[in-house]
Amino acid sequence: MRSHDVLIVGGGLAGLRAAVELNKANVKVGLISKVHPLRSHSVAAQGGINASLGNHPRGDYDTAMRHAFDTVKGSDFLADQPAVVRMAKDAPLRVFEIEHWGCPFSRTDEGKIAQRPFGGAGFPRTCYASDKTGLAMMHTLFEQMIRYQQAAERQELVVYSEWLVIGLAVDGDLCAGAVAMNIKTGEVDGFRAEAVLFATGGAGRIYGNSTNAIINSGMGMAVPYRAGVPLKDMEFVQFHPTTLCGSNILISEAARGEGGYLLNKDGHRFLADYPDSKKAMEVAPRDIVARNMAREILAGRAVEGTHFWLDLRHLGEEKIQKQLPGIRDLAIRFAGIDPADRPVPVQPGQHYTMGGIDVDRSGASPLKGLFAAGEAACVSVHGANRLGGNSLLDTIVFGAITGEAMAEFIAGHVRPASADKALAEAAARGREAVERLLGGGGAEDPVSIKDEMKKTMMEKVGIFRDRADLSAALAKIRELKDRYRRVGVSFKGKILNQELRSTIELGGSLDVAEAVVAGALAREESRGSHSRTDFPKRDDAGWLKHTLAALAPEGPRLSYRDVELGYFEPAERVY
Amino acid sequence: MGGGSATFKIFRHDPSAEGEEPRFQEYEVPVRPGLTVLDALFYVQERLDSSLAFRASCRAAACGSCAMHIAGGYGLACQTQVEPLGGGPIVLRPLAHLPIIRDLVVDMGPFWEKYNKIRPFLVPGEPAPEKERTQSPDDRDKLEGLIDCILCGICSSACAVGGTDDAYLGPAALLNADRFVQDTRDGATEERLRIVDGEHGVWRCHTIFSCQEACPKGLDPTGAIMTLRRTIIRHRWKKLVR
Repeated sequence: MRSHDVLIVGGGLAGLRAAVELNKANVKVGLISKVHPLRSHSVAAQGGINASLGNHPRGDYDTAMRHAFDTVKGSDFLADQPAVVRMAKDAPLRVFEIEHWGCPFSRTDEGKIAQRPFGGAGFPRTCYASDKTGLAMMHTLFEQMIRYQQAAERQELVVYSEWLVIGLAVDGDLCAGAVAMNIKTGEVDGFRAEAVLFATGGAGRIYGNSTNAIINSGMGMAVPYRAGVPLKDMEFVQFHPTTLCGSNILISEAARGEGGYLLNKDGHRFLADYPDSKKAMEVAPRDIVARNMAREILAGRAVEGTHFWLDLRHLGEEKIQKQLPGIRDLAIRFAGIDPADRPVPVQPGQHYTMGGIDVDRSGASPLKGLFAAGEAACVSVHGANRLGGNSLLDTIVFGAITGEAMAEFIAGHVRPASADKALAEAAARGREAVERLLGGGGAEDPVSIKDEMKKTMMEKVGIFRDRADLSAALAKIRELKDRYRRVGVSFKGKILNQELRSTIELGGSLDVAEAVVAGALAREESRGSHSRTDFPKRDDAGWLKHTLAALAPEGPRLSYRDVELGYFEPAERVY
Repeated sequence: MGGGSATFKIFRHDPSAEGEEPRFQEYEVPVRPGLTVLDALFYVQERLDSSLAFRASCRAAACGSCAMHIAGGYGLACQTQVEPLGGGPIVLRPLAHLPIIRDLVVDMGPFWEKYNKIRPFLVPGEPAPEKERTQSPDDRDKLEGLIDCILCGICSSACAVGGTDDAYLGPAALLNADRFVQDTRDGATEERLRIVDGEHGVWRCHTIFSCQEACPKGLDPTGAIMTLRRTIIRHRWKKLVR
């Protein structure tokens, strides 16, 4: 058994930011990640991070409250407003702080942090490091972690790379630690901690057409979910308008923020034809742009029925190279197209999980001692649709808040004697589960179950949804869950057994997928990213509330919680 | 391309298995336009041979997980297209100069140790102001090509010197040292130069340019090493004159 004051699961931006905060508070931290922290999906974030700094010539009148309003409006009024206000107010502080730590932001002529326009924002408030903002921030936080590790006076900060968390230990109403498998050796061990943070990112890979890293299986949401923690608002899944046709590699919203056009097969900027995007055009929020792209596909106006053109040529080679070098490189290497010469073929693809582990404004879940932050968590600040530039912000604002809250929690907490026993039992169960898969196992092939899940989610739980599709999807996911009980792995090795690892994670993906479909089937309205063709209107009287899915033997049991308002009255969304 | 497929010849080895010799194993993978080497590896692992081990994460050339030796040169499996490589055999090997854990997966530990040695974090010259530290766009431009490093390890594996001197800091650590030396916000230049100014530091480089040729992000570690050398010499002169 390994022991730390606090255990952080996930080495992306939220996990690293929390680790830094806890280290500052003199807390001994163990950080578990199933990949080396620098291989986390946060590095793939491109466009930037929102903060009302007012550094842009057109940003003079920007304020935290205007940022909060845009975020709430973007969320289709489902976000909890006090949490959004806190995030918007903390934004400048956190951005300046990471700049002080060395984050190489692009600069204005006066040498300040440069900002660009982004979708759904009233002012250009997205701070950026060319189009590699996630990479720049990840390296900066990883560097700070090394700084603390090298400082003699600091408490320990131990990183467990390539360990997969497979279970939680629960002692009564308390989280007593976690159980993880060393991917490199097959060893399963218990991790004793007074508090555990899940900062494991999104669940994009339950879909076949996701921008997410291959590692984003949803396992990090499934583990707390199985331990009794509800998942919140899982039906809200963001589809990004511009992903490379075929591979669904992300092409940043910055490409449109910098002035790129979206064209249909006739070379027409079709966003002008829709009332909700005709004014903001390419910088309308993602849900609206993606939906109007889906409408064009249905109307037969997409190129070859599958994609659109993202045209950057009018920006000129110099601006493209200066502001969007990463996008240019991706387009050349993955699509064989230089955006300076030719338009890039793009299509909407799954991008972000607005829902997640149910936590309050301090990152605490209903299970005592269990916290969550970043995309894995749902506070909720993104509601039914996240604005571009707010996900990076979410990670460092709530990473810091949650780190502080965990330090406070463990200061006032006495671990009961029974906790170690619960952890030992959980570790034994984890070992048995792994042995069972390796030893016997059934005849079902995990790869075909995974493929069928991804196809079902993509085809039936996409941008437009209706009862018939969602009911069919729910039945299908349940069939797959049933087959999963008889799954087997053919390779029995312990060292780097990829089949074992992905089969374990597949079980988590299926649980999360079921929560997404169940929430979507129940929510009979259209709000943000959730568009029901059979219920095309937003219904504030009936549905201005969060979905909570608790795992019961028969599947997700749904309940609801009112949205926290207090600042802005829900109104119709037009851009 | 024989019938729309390619033959992959993949390095296989489990050092923990007694008596097991390293070998190459061949697999036939159907090829379609856009198929990457990483897609092919997943095809092999999921459909042909579940025992194959390799690393992967972002599949968009941002995370550096899938660095390996591909058909005669180093590259990221995710951003290497299969079609231009022809029908094969396409030989895949792990990164060099690092212990093998299994198949294409190496222990990056020694690589990270060297990275840690250069004190890879900003040591500010002055206390932080209330807002951001300002930096002119020109000064920020000096960081281009340095902050883009994804620490995949390719340059250090491609480096011939790394094969003969285990203690050599290597191109990745040195490029990242230059990243902080070039940053106008950093105040630890003297200390940074001291760390890289040694027989296992910048002076060990033979300027063969293998690192620059191999870098999957098009960066120039050799150039960074030369810049560090010039800076070291300039600082020595300053001390003499003073």
